[in-house]
Amino acid sequence: MIKNLMELSNAGGISGFEYTVTPFIEKLLKKYCDEVNKDISGNVIGYIYAEDKNAPTVMIEAHTDGIGLMVKDIDERGYITFVTIGGVDPRILPAAEVVVCGKREIYGIIATASPHLMAADERNAGVKIENMAVDVGMTHDEVKEIVTPGDMIYFKTDAVKLLDKKLSGKYLDDRAGVISLLMALRELKGKKLPFNLAVVCAVQEEVGLRGAVTASFGADPICAIVVDVCHGTTPDSGSATTFKLGTGTVITCGPNIDRRMFEIAKKTAEENKIKYSIEAESGHTGTDAWVVQTTRLGVATLLLSIPLRYMHTTVETLSMKDVEATAKLIANTLLNLNTEEFSLCTLKN
Amino acid sequence: MYLKELTSLRGVPGYEAPVREYIFEKIKDKCDEIYRDNIGNLIAVNRSGKENAKKVMVCAHMDEVALFVTKITEEGFLKFDTLGGIDTSVLVSKKVLVGDMAIPGVIGAKAIHLQKKGERGKGIEIEELYIDIGAKDKKEAEKKVQLGDYATFDSEYTEFGNGFIKAKALDDRLGCAALLELADCRYDFDLYLVFTAQEETGLRGATVAAKRVNPDFAIVLETTACNDTFGYLEKDYSTICGGGVVLLFADMRTYYSKEILKDVERVAKKYNIPYQFKKTVSGGNDAGAIHLSCGGIKTITMSVATKYIHSPSSVINKNDFEAQKMLVQKYLQEVKL
Repeated sequence: MIKNLMELSNAGGISGFEYTVTPFIEKLLKKYCDEVNKDISGNVIGYIYAEDKNAPTVMIEAHTDGIGLMVKDIDERGYITFVTIGGVDPRILPAAEVVVCGKREIYGIIATASPHLMAADERNAGVKIENMAVDVGMTHDEVKEIVTPGDMIYFKTDAVKLLDKKLSGKYLDDRAGVISLLMALRELKGKKLPFNLAVVCAVQEEVGLRGAVTASFGADPICAIVVDVCHGTTPDSGSATTFKLGTGTVITCGPNIDRRMFEIAKKTAEENKIKYSIEAESGHTGTDAWVVQTTRLGVATLLLSIPLRYMHTTVETLSMKDVEATAKLIANTLLNLNTEEFSLCTLKN
Repeated sequence: MYLKELTSLRGVPGYEAPVREYIFEKIKDKCDEIYRDNIGNLIAVNRSGKENAKKVMVCAHMDEVALFVTKITEEGFLKFDTLGGIDTSVLVSKKVLVGDMAIPGVIGAKAIHLQKKGERGKGIEIEELYIDIGAKDKKEAEKKVQLGDYATFDSEYTEFGNGFIKAKALDDRLGCAALLELADCRYDFDLYLVFTAQEETGLRGATVAAKRVNPDFAIVLETTACNDTFGYLEKDYSTICGGGVVLLFADMRTYYSKEILKDVERVAKKYNIPYQFKKTVSGGNDAGAIHLSCGGIKTITMSVATKYIHSPSSVINKNDFEAQKMLVQKYLQEVKL
């Protein structure tokens, strides 16, 4: 599965332009699902059916999109100016390698000034998006033949294995979540669940949780497990809520999370000796769980997170141990889930 | 192709061995004599066969800018300093290879979500950066890395656009590649091909090589900064990428002889070799050490404009590289000693 995750990481695909990565995901889902569909928004949804097709549906979900850039214009010398898609830190851009997806894919570098020619006050003054552009080594007319404003630009960084089962690469937020869903499916293979399982790989999370809105409407689940990443501890993370890599999966609690789902997950982790931490989130979790919870008439939602260092850079770093723990907890929570507990509770009739 | 192989090698100031060994293999059957001195310079000589022949030294430096591990933290992260001048803004979100074992590492930065208001978009200081090799803790890191290990950019040689090449270490493996092509040449002077060490830390290799060779004339094959790029006006360009081999009136280390420049220009014109003059007085190279050696040595630099120099993604134009190679070869045929 690490190979699959590296392949997904290398594939590009940013919010609204997931088309470069979704074919890989479809292929992987087909191995485990009875049916795989793509909806109007571009969400990829796999179904594993219960014996009774009228059984309720449980959804497991992760998002497929990453952050990136979009072509704004082409200047007279052929430099491609851009806008950002999702939360891009301008500091990751100088000298970054990118792929511009026009009529064909072209290679480029984000232009940066030479330190030898910078005035002292320019150095370390910081970088601004409006002062940057992509250098593709072509003239204005040549670029115009291939590239149009609105084309996707994604980062060209290949994933790399580090020590201690760690992996670094772009878009591990949230391709690692997608892989954890697939690993859970692998673990569940051959086991019959008493409910239909919808496996949702959602688009456009980074620009406002949009894919999850339509995907969860379509899947119409009663319960859902959303998988995303959370911040991994780094020397500079200070007082922020972060989790050390390699310490397992993170189970969130708070108003965005169904209390019963939280308790089931926690108990399942204890019983199966799955390493976990708890994140207490007082409001918006900043994940698809936020919109899934209020889908249709309300969905009992659980959020599991994989600790990730350097979120939204091209060297996002995580531990495969935590991805495995997350997958194991998804699979075992599904096995412990009794959907009847979540049906409408009639108090007086 | 020399350039592709040379830029993929990892040779840093003070430890140029991988580059030097590669070069030695390429020239050992071509050059008459080859020496390695104490600082790590590789000096090859092609004799003219004449008694009391004059000496011409052509040099390029083998070292590339790099990082240098200065501390391993309790959590297993590597703090570093730079070997040579690197603007820290190009380090964020990049991949590196650490030490002789080429352990993969990444340079992350605090996630944008966690940055406080004043931090966003701000420049980053080297003290804030560190290399993450994934080690569980200091103990695991120490099994793979030790203090003083170097780290180089992990960046692949890539050709793109209209004849552009992107790679790490173009400064100055490009000069080394041009110099390698002289290994078969013989002239009526003794030709010294000098691959220098430690240019990036202050022209250290050239300082001693020039004194050992004590040539009558020296040519430095180099790369030079170029801001012919987005965000700069043409009037402010230092050099143009694709504008021909770069000749310099002056840089921060050397004022070049007008007389020699004129002669080089004459040869360039004669053979229709595209050339340009650098329009800023900035940077410096081995010429700075050579021209002051042994009571003074006539020295000229032939450079190639390099965008994003000292970054993992430095860029040159192939035509400029061809022009540099052509000019040095033609000029050696006509140099007045």
